[in-house]
Amino acid sequence: MRRIAGIAALLVLVMLLTTIIDISFVNPFNITNIMRWTGLFGILSLGEAFPIMTGGIDLSVGSIVGLVGALSAYFIRMQQWPIAAVLVLCLALSLLMGYFHGVLVTKIKMQPFVVTLCGLFIYRGLARFFMQDITQGYGNGFLGLKFLAHGRLPSALWPQGAAPRFLADWSLPMPFLIIVVVGIILAVFLNRSVYGRYILALGRNEAAARFSGINTDRMTIISYMISSTCAGLAGILFSLDLNTVQPSTAGNMYELYAIAGCVVGGVSLKGGEGNILGVIIGTAIVRVLYNAINILGIATTLEFAVVGTVILVGVGADEVIKTLGAQRRIAELRAAAMGGGRRPPPEIPKAASST
Amino acid sequence: MPEQVPSDINQSRPHDAAGQPCILQMRGITKFFPGVKALDSVDLDLHRAEILAVIGENGAGKSTLMKILGGIYRPDAGSLFLDGQEVTIDSVNAATHRKIALVHQELHLSDNLDVAANIFLGREPRAGNFLRLIDRKRLYAETERVLSRIDTNISPRALVRDLTIGGQQMVEVAKALSIDARILIMDEPTSSLSSAEVERLFKVMKDLKTQGVSIIYVSHRLGEVKEVADRVLVLRDGRLTGCLQLEEISRERMVKLMVGRDIEKFYRREQGTVGEPVFEVRDFVVPEHPHERVSFSVHAGEILVLAGLVGAGRTELVHALFGITHPLGGQILLQGRPIRIECPQDAIRQGIILVPEDRKLHGLIVEMAVEPNITLAGLEQLQKLKLIRFDQAHALAEEMVKMLDIRLRTVLQPAESLSGGNQQKVVLGKWLSLKPKVMLMDEPTRGIDVVAKEEIYRLMEQMASRGVAILVVSSEMQEVLGIADRILVMHEGRFNGELGRTHFSEEAVVTLATGER
Repeated sequence: MRRIAGIAALLVLVMLLTTIIDISFVNPFNITNIMRWTGLFGILSLGEAFPIMTGGIDLSVGSIVGLVGALSAYFIRMQQWPIAAVLVLCLALSLLMGYFHGVLVTKIKMQPFVVTLCGLFIYRGLARFFMQDITQGYGNGFLGLKFLAHGRLPSALWPQGAAPRFLADWSLPMPFLIIVVVGIILAVFLNRSVYGRYILALGRNEAAARFSGINTDRMTIISYMISSTCAGLAGILFSLDLNTVQPSTAGNMYELYAIAGCVVGGVSLKGGEGNILGVIIGTAIVRVLYNAINILGIATTLEFAVVGTVILVGVGADEVIKTLGAQRRIAELRAAAMGGGRRPPPEIPKAASST
Repeated sequence: MPEQVPSDINQSRPHDAAGQPCILQMRGITKFFPGVKALDSVDLDLHRAEILAVIGENGAGKSTLMKILGGIYRPDAGSLFLDGQEVTIDSVNAATHRKIALVHQELHLSDNLDVAANIFLGREPRAGNFLRLIDRKRLYAETERVLSRIDTNISPRALVRDLTIGGQQMVEVAKALSIDARILIMDEPTSSLSSAEVERLFKVMKDLKTQGVSIIYVSHRLGEVKEVADRVLVLRDGRLTGCLQLEEISRERMVKLMVGRDIEKFYRREQGTVGEPVFEVRDFVVPEHPHERVSFSVHAGEILVLAGLVGAGRTELVHALFGITHPLGGQILLQGRPIRIECPQDAIRQGIILVPEDRKLHGLIVEMAVEPNITLAGLEQLQKLKLIRFDQAHALAEEMVKMLDIRLRTVLQPAESLSGGNQQKVVLGKWLSLKPKVMLMDEPTRGIDVVAKEEIYRLMEQMASRGVAILVVSSEMQEVLGIADRILVMHEGRFNGELGRTHFSEEAVVTLATGER
């Protein structure tokens, strides 16, 4: 909990600093925009957190965003397939990709980095091939579907423009509501279900988990399936939000944003440690940074450098605090043990002279 | 009189209580680890050209003391004097600089490199030209020189992985000598050597002594200590309990100082009542020993001990029985019914559990709290719709803590903050909460203090009296003789003999374990 508080404090700090420099940061339009992006990228990060918690990694999520987003737009608009069927198909396809990653990692014992790096290449290649590099989109229609990405609640419940001013300003964007729902489901899964505990256990010490009778292979596969399914869902939402999916670029580098969100959110790349709320806040920090760079007029060419620096400082500070905490605990223990006064030195039996 | 005092001896050198000059003095060395005081104000004197044995039970603090001297740990209190000068040794490099070398319990060699490369790793002689490449000629010459000091036929060009364990140990010794060590620390160097290799090592140690090297020899094998040591220092639970001079060294005195009581008072199991066979194994073949078939059975209420040397194949056998590895053949019967065990889940479902040898690697998830560790294997009984019933999980953990008398503040504290004995009890709690029929226990008291050991023995006895069949792998002689109803001795993957209660003796076990009959 202290960790979450620390991450939240970092978020508040960044927001405060930005506001102090430029008050326009806190206008409703800007804030709801950040929330929408936090929702979209947060779904990716939440999924990514699971393979990382098992001690692995998923580098394929960006390409899954591109492939699934393109397929969704293609089938819905070009092929006029029923929307529900396409959505189910897209999610099922993502699930399957995660299943394959998991099987390759556990049964073939390939390294997660290698498996998902290949996924990154393969799905990008397939997306470009199937779409023949033609940009996909939903056109001007499908407003109902686009509501998932652009809609806001509760203002949308009022007929056009009739919502009170305050509500109209501060209604929550749909992607943010979706991440709240996804987050609650995954939080219950991680913190309350036996599976969550198994994943955290095997992330810490796979052998010990196996010796305790946990089906570690199955839990690892499930983790990769969560990751790819979240990526697929995010892919659909991104395609709806942007309304253009360039097969060669859509979702490029998103796996790195996803990982960054996790890392800032307190998920250890060593595995076995992670928290859903932390990941969402971590993603928000990255999004706020991007926004701040824009608002504060920092050269956009510098944005990667800024984001990288802030993550480095944040994660570094976390490690320093952890080390200091461990040292303090040892010191306390020492003080407690020494408190009783020092024992007189033991008496060494004197030797009979051996000459 | 073993002392060979050289002519250049510094007369102002400090002397110990007996008036002998010391090259090393450690005073009041104290060291804490999370949850335990590993060393409590320990003093040590080392003379020139002597072999000082440091003995003690597992967990007595021997290795910790040596690691402090070797610069791996820093003491929390106490001071070190070399030739009367106070020094700080805060890194392995600092120790090397002071000509102190530590040969570890585990070998630390790169087995893909040759002997010379290992001995001079990081200190390779370089060519004088600007490229500073490794001067191979000098490297091998130097290696020859070092190896000649220990009189071995190992070639400097041999790959380390092609050497026997004993040969690799010699490379470690040579590596220590290559820094011109004055003080050579050997931490249980014989634990994985054959008896012939042990003899060779002792000869080398005695040779080095005449060359003026002081050796600290850490062991808990009393017979070997008696053979080589000039003096013996005894540790128990992190404290110094005594120091024996050459003429005082006897098995009885060492044991008394080590365990703090007479050997007769060591734990002895009461004769239990043994029932029907519960766990039968027929023609079992483990992948590590494909040509050996083993068959045995454990009865209800019986404690069967698998004795043998390290590497005899006992851990491999219990791992295969528990479904960690897959046997090449054989059959397992539980209460007369054949069962299949493909993975640990199968074993657990049948009521068969394994307390693994390596607590930190296989037994516990040390960073996790005590409660999730205890409930990890039985979580399926503590859930509804796959959601954990936290109240029940907590209650079960508390119950086990009470039953096993695990000393802790709260079940939510991380397992790693407990002492070794209490950690082991957490492992036991995890398995006992499942109410097993068959318990496989691999070195169940390794690295824990004597009090906790005895508590664990009583617990095993209790489980046996309830009709549980218990198979214990143990390498500690007193434990083997103390807790067993029956002893099976393994040697190189096969059973070399069985001992009933009336035939229990240390000699019998050792004879069978070394392959004789």
